Amino acid sequence: MKGIKLAYNYLRIGILNEFQYRANLYIQILQTFIALATGLIGLNLVFSQTTALGGWSKPELLAVMGVFTLIGGIIRAAIQPNMERLMEEIREGTLDYALTKPADAQLLISVREFRLWQIVDIITGFVVLAVALSQLNWLIDLWSVLGFLSALVMGSMMIYSFWLIITSTAFWFIRVQEIANLFEGLYAAGRWPIDIYPNWLRYGLTFLVPVAFAISVPSQALTGRLTLETWFGALAFTVFLFLFARGILKLGLKSYSGASA
Amino acid sequence: MKRYIDIYLSMMKLSILEQWQYPLANYFYMIGMIAEPVIYMVVWSTVAMQQGGMVGGYTPGEFAAYYIVWTLVRSMNVVFTPYGWEWRIREGQLSMSLMRPIHPLHGDVAFFAGWKVVVIVLWLPLAFALTLIFKPELNPTLLEGIVFFFAIWFAYLIRTMTLTLIGLVTFWTTRVSALFELYFAAELILSGRLVPLSLMPEWIQSFAWFFPFRWAFGFPIESLVGNMPVNELLIGLGMQIAWIIVGIIFVNIIWKIAIRKFSAVGG
Repeated sequence: MKGIKLAYNYLRIGILNEFQYRANLYIQILQTFIALATGLIGLNLVFSQTTALGGWSKPELLAVMGVFTLIGGIIRAAIQPNMERLMEEIREGTLDYALTKPADAQLLISVREFRLWQIVDIITGFVVLAVALSQLNWLIDLWSVLGFLSALVMGSMMIYSFWLIITSTAFWFIRVQEIANLFEGLYAAGRWPIDIYPNWLRYGLTFLVPVAFAISVPSQALTGRLTLETWFGALAFTVFLFLFARGILKLGLKSYSGASA
Repeated sequence: MKRYIDIYLSMMKLSILEQWQYPLANYFYMIGMIAEPVIYMVVWSTVAMQQGGMVGGYTPGEFAAYYIVWTLVRSMNVVFTPYGWEWRIREGQLSMSLMRPIHPLHGDVAFFAGWKVVVIVLWLPLAFALTLIFKPELNPTLLEGIVFFFAIWFAYLIRTMTLTLIGLVTFWTTRVSALFELYFAAELILSGRLVPLSLMPEWIQSFAWFFPFRWAFGFPIESLVGNMPVNELLIGLGMQIAWIIVGIIFVNIIWKIAIRKFSAVGG
């Protein structure tokens, strides 16, 4: 309960902070628009040559793009800024200030930053998704909505855990910024259905960077491809990844001695 | 002239020595960069296979060749970022380089040119690995090889000029990110970075002819991969040189105006 209150307070401060920079909203809208336009151009180029890609039709891939934009927004709003701050503080030694506070360390380091304007991406993701679903003549069905929402939560948790694992390596290897770049590159792979990638890359994407689960599983839920086995598999993987990330962070905190502060 | 050659050689040597100290950081950067072409390659190879083995004149093997050469051209395209000008002005770096008896741009050109030498050496094993995995179809002639060698360095110079030009906008306003984003989006579409230009609609292809983007990206790749006739190869090199000259002229004019606007901060 105390944890929720803490997270809520940080969220409130984060939002207030963002309201100081209102012009950033317009820049964010432009950036989202450019990303959307280039994404649509890519999609249209592919479908000007073919009618299906790896068994996925154009509206179905539009739905994947919606989920991609949506989760990308969640990552950049709530996950990445916190992890980058953690990376910075490990290097600078200022993490001490967070660790001495009387709250769970993982909770605290995960809720301190919030980029409000990234909500533009999240909203755009929903709009793209809605357009795609109307093209698919989708009928609202309780199970697929529940499947989608639960898959979205699980996907975000997986990506959060993965980021936390990468960031925690900063306790041992100071320079990890390049690995963060690598994540962004691989995340872009989620724009296309996972079945088209060669096997080695597919397993890499699914298990190293849980991109496939995070984007494909929600998309599968909406397009009626999600099986109960996949759902339980995703749930097990989420729990495993979360516990693993927590373990790594604890291990890292043990070896943390404060660099300079 | 001799003075400039000496300066360039020394600056390049410095940056080679400097960058050679960070092979791992350079590698991580390059591997992160490779994700993008691999995605395009897989998507378009899948489309080509679904269409009976060819799309837009490319087979899967030729797509592999295109996107593997892409990685080298992309590395050659890395120049001083336009976002960096704001930092230079804010931190007073510019005041320092203005004091030197040489145009500050020479420093950029030489530094990144030296870095490119390191990048090319580091790129070779990566290209070898990608070749083993994706089995490209690539049979360049000697002439294509020679044209390609010049084309990647010309591409480097074109992109240095264009990015310096939009970087100079920072002298007037610091709200530049919107402009830069638009520029990079246009570049992505019109350069051949997203897809080979032959896959684009006819009108975009002819449109792209009049912008520097394709000469700094698509043309070098196609010169090696695309079996272009000799006259097209020469026209391409000519267009590259023309863009370099136009770029230098514009950079000089804008620089002269911009430098009057400059007032130092910090330092």
